[in-house]
Amino acid sequence: MTRLAIVNARLVDPASGRDSPGSLIVEDRAIAALDAPPPDGAEVIDARGAVLAPGLVDAMAFRTDKAACLAGGITRLLLMPDQSPPLDDPALVERAERLGKPDVWVHPLAAATVGLNGSEIAEIGLMKAAGAAGVATGRRAIADSGVMYRLLQYAAGFELPVVTHCEDVSLTKGAVATEGEYATRWGLSAAPAFAEALAIARDLRLAEATGARLHIAQVTTAEGVALVRAAKARGVAVTCGVTPPHMLLNESAVGGYRTFARLSPPLRAESDRQAVLDALADGTIDVIASGHDPRAQDAKRLPFADAEPGAAGAATLLALALSLVRDGRLPLLDVVAMLTTAPARVFGLPTPSLAVGAPADLVLFDPNAPWRIDSDRLPGRAGNTPFDGLPVEGRVLLTVKGGEAMRP
Amino acid sequence: MTAPAPGRHSLPPGVHPFPHRHLLGIEGLLPHEILYLLDEAERWVDFNRAPAKADDRLRGLTQINAFFENSTRTLLSFEIAGKRLGADVVNMTVGASSVKKGETLLDTALTLNSMHPDLIVIRHDASGAVQLIAEKVDCPVLNAGDGRHEHPTQALLDALTIRRRKGRLAGLTVAICGDVLHSRVARSNFQLLGSLGAKVRAVAPPTLLGAQVDRLGVEVFTDMEAGLDGADVVMMLRLQRERMAGAYVPSTREYFHFFGLTAQRLAAAKPDALVMHPGPMNRGVEIDSAVADDIGRSAITEQVEMGVAVRMACLDVLTRTRRGVEGWA
Repeated sequence: MTRLAIVNARLVDPASGRDSPGSLIVEDRAIAALDAPPPDGAEVIDARGAVLAPGLVDAMAFRTDKAACLAGGITRLLLMPDQSPPLDDPALVERAERLGKPDVWVHPLAAATVGLNGSEIAEIGLMKAAGAAGVATGRRAIADSGVMYRLLQYAAGFELPVVTHCEDVSLTKGAVATEGEYATRWGLSAAPAFAEALAIARDLRLAEATGARLHIAQVTTAEGVALVRAAKARGVAVTCGVTPPHMLLNESAVGGYRTFARLSPPLRAESDRQAVLDALADGTIDVIASGHDPRAQDAKRLPFADAEPGAAGAATLLALALSLVRDGRLPLLDVVAMLTTAPARVFGLPTPSLAVGAPADLVLFDPNAPWRIDSDRLPGRAGNTPFDGLPVEGRVLLTVKGGEAMRP
Repeated sequence: MTAPAPGRHSLPPGVHPFPHRHLLGIEGLLPHEILYLLDEAERWVDFNRAPAKADDRLRGLTQINAFFENSTRTLLSFEIAGKRLGADVVNMTVGASSVKKGETLLDTALTLNSMHPDLIVIRHDASGAVQLIAEKVDCPVLNAGDGRHEHPTQALLDALTIRRRKGRLAGLTVAICGDVLHSRVARSNFQLLGSLGAKVRAVAPPTLLGAQVDRLGVEVFTDMEAGLDGADVVMMLRLQRERMAGAYVPSTREYFHFFGLTAQRLAAAKPDALVMHPGPMNRGVEIDSAVADDIGRSAITEQVEMGVAVRMACLDVLTRTRRGVEGWA
C-alpha cells in the first residue's frame, strides 16, 4: 500500500472551486485526507508552494505516448480512432483501452464509420460496450451529410458524444494552408477559413435535429466560434475544444515552410486566433486538448505540402495552457478546469477532483518555473512541435496515477 | 538598339553587390542586387551572339542540374549557360513521383552533396522544396522553379528583356495575365518588377487569381481589356492543361474568348506594348499565333535568349566565393 503526503501545496480543485494552500494524503490509490498531518511511514513530498491539481484529462490524443503524458501531467486521455488499424471494432477498442495502464488511462473514441471511410456507420453500440467513451469522425469530417445525419441519430440513441473534425471536405481537398496573403505569397495550396464554419454549421444543425451530443474537436476560426456561441445560447448540446497552436500561433508561423507548423486544421489568421482567445475567456470553448500527434522525422523533413500534418503536444499542453493565466485572460482555476473537469464532463468520465475518496490521479506543477521548449529534447515518441525554442512557464514536478508518484 | 554598358549602376561604398550564398527567390533581394545581376547578364548577351562562345571561368567546377519536374527549355538553358562558362554540367532528371516512392528528397540532396558539386540548380514541383535542399548541402543552390513559389531566373530574364527593349523598368505598367494562382513566374515577377519601380497588374479570372493577391503589391483586374489598358508590357502566363476543362475555367474556348491575347485585345495596351510569354505557349488558349509571332511586338524568342545570359550571370556570381574571386572570398 502506497502512502504519500504532499505538503505545502496550493490545492487547485475545479470540482469544489478550491484554490488555497493545503496538503493532501494518498492512501491505497485514493485521496485519504486533506490538510491533515502526514501519517507515519508516508513518503512526504514538500511542494514548496507548487500547485496540486487533479491529473489532466487530454480530450484529444492521436497516440498513447506514456512518456509525454507523464511529462505533461496527463493521467487520462481520449484516444482518437485514427490508429493503425482504425478503432472501428469492439476488440480494437478493448485493446486500446488497456494500452496505457497503469500509468495513463486511455478512453478510446470509436471510429464513427468503418475504417473511417466516411460512408458506413461502424458498430458504435458494441464499441461503447467495449469501453468507447464516444464516437469520432477522426482526422477528417464526414463529407456525406446523409451519413452524418444518420450517425448522429444513431449515436444519440446510445447517448454517445460525437466528436467531429470540422473542415468542409471538398473545400479543403489538397489544401495545406489557410487561404490568404501568406498562402498566396508562399505558393501553398489553401482552403478558405470558412471551410470550418461551413462544416460547423452543418453539424450543429444536424445535432439540433437529432438531439445528439456534438463535440467539435477543434474550433479555430472567428466564424466557427461565433456559430458555436450562438448554438449554445439556443440550447444545442454542443461542446468544443482547441489545441495550444491555435491559441498561440497564427499562419505566419509557417514562414520558411516550417513543416512543424503544418497542422490540421491549418494555422489561421491573427484575427481568428484572437477570436479563439475570446472564446476561451467567455466559455464558448470548453476544453483545451493536446492534439498529441507526434510524427516521425521522415514525415516532416519534406517539402511543406508533402509533410504530414500534426504535432507533439502532450508534454507541452499544461505550460502552453498556463499562458492564459499569465496573460491575465483566465484564473488558474478555470484553466485547470478546461484541462480536467470539462473534458471529463464532455465524455462522461468520473469528475477529476481532490475530494477525499477520489482516485489519486494528480499533477503537481510549478506554474512559474521557466523552461524552453526544445523539439530535440521533448519526451515521448517524437518532438515535432511548432513551439520549438519558445520560452514557457509552468513545469510538471510530479504526476500521480492511481496513487503511484512518477517524476517526469 | 544598343545594349547598356555593364556595371552602369554604381554601388554605395562598402556594399557588397550580391551577399547571398544561394539564389532561392527574388524575395529577399535588394533592388541594387537585382540590378547587379541584370548588369552582369548584359555582358553575356553580346558574348552569346559572337561565333566563339567559350569562357573558362567555371572550368573544373561541377554543376548539377537536378530537375524533379519535367522541363526541356529551362534545363537546356541552364545546361548551355554552364557549358559556355566551362563548367562540367551534369543533368539529373527525376519524376517527382518516383522520388516519393523511394528515396526522400533529402536523401537525394545528401547523395548529390556527397558528389561534391560546386553548384546545384534545382527544379521541384513543391513550393519550398528548393530551400529545403539548400539547407542541407554545402554548395550554392539556384532555384530553377519551386512549385508555385518562385522562379527567380525567369523574372530576371523578363526584366532584362524589358529593360533592353524599353530602356528602363521604373514607371512602366506591366500586365501579367492568366493563371496567376499557380504561377511561380508571376510571383517572382511581382516581386522583382515591384522592387524596381514598375506598376504591376494581375489580370485573370477570379478562380485563377489567388486570395488577397492585391497584398502582393499588384493591381488586380478580372477583365482583360481593363487590365491591358495603357500597358507597356503584356506578359502572358501558361495555362496548364489539367486546369482548363472545368476545374478553374469552363473550357479553353471560353478562356481564349475572354482572356486570350489577340491583336484586337492588345490594342487596349500602348501602341508599342511588348508581348511576353515564359513558354511553352499554348497557342489558341492564352495567346493567338498572330500576336505571338509578331516580330514587332513579341519578345518571346528574345526572352529565351536573355535566359541564357541571365543564367550565365547567376552561375558566375554564385560561384565567385568558391573560385576565390577578389572581393568575394
